Amino acid sequence: MPFRLAFLALLRHPARTMLALLGIAVSAALLLDMVMLASGMRENFQGFLLIRGYQLRVAPKGTLPFDSEATMDSATMLIRNILRIPGVSAVSPVLGAQSQTRVRDSTVTAFTLGIDPAVQGDYELLRGQDITDSASLVVNDSWLALTQYRIGDSVSLAVGYDPQLRTVLGQRTVVVRGAARFFYTGASQPTVAILLPVLQGMGGSARRDRVSLLMVKAAPGADAEVVRSRIQQVSARVSAISLEGATAQVEQRLAYFRQLALVLGSISLAVGVLLVTTLITIGVNERAGEIAVLRAIGVAKRSIVWQVVTEGLVLSGLGALSGLAIGLVTAQWLERILADFPGMPATFRFFVFQPRDAGIALGMLAAAGVLAGIYPSWRAASLPIAGTLRREAVA
Amino acid sequence: MTPLVQVRDLARDYSMGRGAVHALRGVSFDVEQGEWVAIVGPSGCGKSTLLNLLGAVDTPAAGSLTIAGERIDQLSDGAATAFRLRRIGFVFQRFYLMPALSAAENVELPMAEARLPRDARQSRVQELLGYVGLAERAGHRPSQLSGGEQQRVAIARALANRPALLLADEPTGELDAATGLEMIDLFRRLNRDGTTIIVVTHDAQMAAAAGRRIQMRDGAIVHGASA
Repeated sequence: MPFRLAFLALLRHPARTMLALLGIAVSAALLLDMVMLASGMRENFQGFLLIRGYQLRVAPKGTLPFDSEATMDSATMLIRNILRIPGVSAVSPVLGAQSQTRVRDSTVTAFTLGIDPAVQGDYELLRGQDITDSASLVVNDSWLALTQYRIGDSVSLAVGYDPQLRTVLGQRTVVVRGAARFFYTGASQPTVAILLPVLQGMGGSARRDRVSLLMVKAAPGADAEVVRSRIQQVSARVSAISLEGATAQVEQRLAYFRQLALVLGSISLAVGVLLVTTLITIGVNERAGEIAVLRAIGVAKRSIVWQVVTEGLVLSGLGALSGLAIGLVTAQWLERILADFPGMPATFRFFVFQPRDAGIALGMLAAAGVLAGIYPSWRAASLPIAGTLRREAVA
Repeated sequence: MTPLVQVRDLARDYSMGRGAVHALRGVSFDVEQGEWVAIVGPSGCGKSTLLNLLGAVDTPAAGSLTIAGERIDQLSDGAATAFRLRRIGFVFQRFYLMPALSAAENVELPMAEARLPRDARQSRVQELLGYVGLAERAGHRPSQLSGGEQQRVAIARALANRPALLLADEPTGELDAATGLEMIDLFRRLNRDGTTIIVVTHDAQMAAAAGRRIQMRDGAIVHGASA
């Protein structure tokens, strides 16, 4: 009976209940989005780094991958030494540079990766062929759109452009073999890939036998952290970073985001609690006479408390379920906005829906619903019966 | 035979600003099992205060109050609630039915609180609504019933847990004369069937129908304390 009375109490003012539900749903949606953002970035970052299963990154000492233009020398020797380490199954070298392509009266600058196609972990081929020889070029759709070239066209690619002298270090004609999706560069950023030795050769002595990054894959069953420390022992000129290490560094950089998400989530939860408390307190005040009658005919305080707390739970529960739907829709919308940020990797996701996180958010809201019902239920159960009935009779 | 209700030197004060109002000043009387007693007197004489004390919704400042062998002036809040649920039936002037519940659900409410099995509740609801002549109106909400019908539902609700004592506060106060007479007939029938009734009333016909009248003035009984 308390449950039925709670439902009926909420249905007594449908418009007011609907407005409150909407308010709670918005709070719940914000809370869910903040939880998705706070934990999603971390979870996604790990998946982002593991797209091709390379658990370790080796970068010039003191830097993060592509954090600067620093490179590692004697790359061939370094790769050979790393491959000798027990537990290492593959090493993917990457050299980064800017390349220029003349298109009619303008120049298109692209981020250029020198890779080894046998072990590369930077892109997936969408159309055409992969890199097969020193004249092959794989590009992304953004580059194709800007240059208006097509797969099969021959293009002139230059690197090492000096804007003052208007000279380039190296230039060669290559054929666009395929179109690819690059994992670690923005979808709108023109990006191309060629063979590593070709890019090293085009950069002159400054890039000879140099790489910007090595991605290392540990063999199945091997402890990635042990492999990382062994790589670190092989060369003191590099920083070997494990997935956990990279995540920790990124988390440190994203701490501001996480704090902001926590604050906004807490505020939305507090708003939800206040909304439910206010609505139920108003309802209890309006029904003071009825509650006094219930008490007079022998309804126990705990039944009154149950009834009022149930109202809070029903409100916050329905609000949370509606908020779940709203939160998922708004997360997709915000994701699209963030994905358009310059330089944002196309594969990176800020909002990751995880049932566990949704459960936490909904659980917090349910707890908030109970919390919100405590004050009005205490008020309702503590009403002086005779005095309230007297006031009602006079009213 | 021990009286059903024993009231001894009952007093109740209300604080008003700096002073106190003595609503009841040492009231004593007995009510026997099966009696119908009307408490009458001018407004403010303490009738409703006395009824609240008899119904265990208020506690006296002094004196003792025994109903069905139980000292209710010494009960804790929880025990008083349980006592009201099982031993007292309340009928109010303004009916006070739950507006969102049907007539049947209103009658069922005290039985649900007393954890009676559903089947037993429903057959008792039918029996009670039949008794007060509203079997056909079981599914109606209070807003769909007349004043007299609402009061009859309230009486059925008061009888739900077979109370030892039925307390009524101005039960005809909101009804027209004809409906008031129907209500008096219902009370007469209830009493004839064995229900002990104490009714507070300004209604001369209701008071005349009762077996005994207790006249109050200024918080004290001036007539009718003994049978």
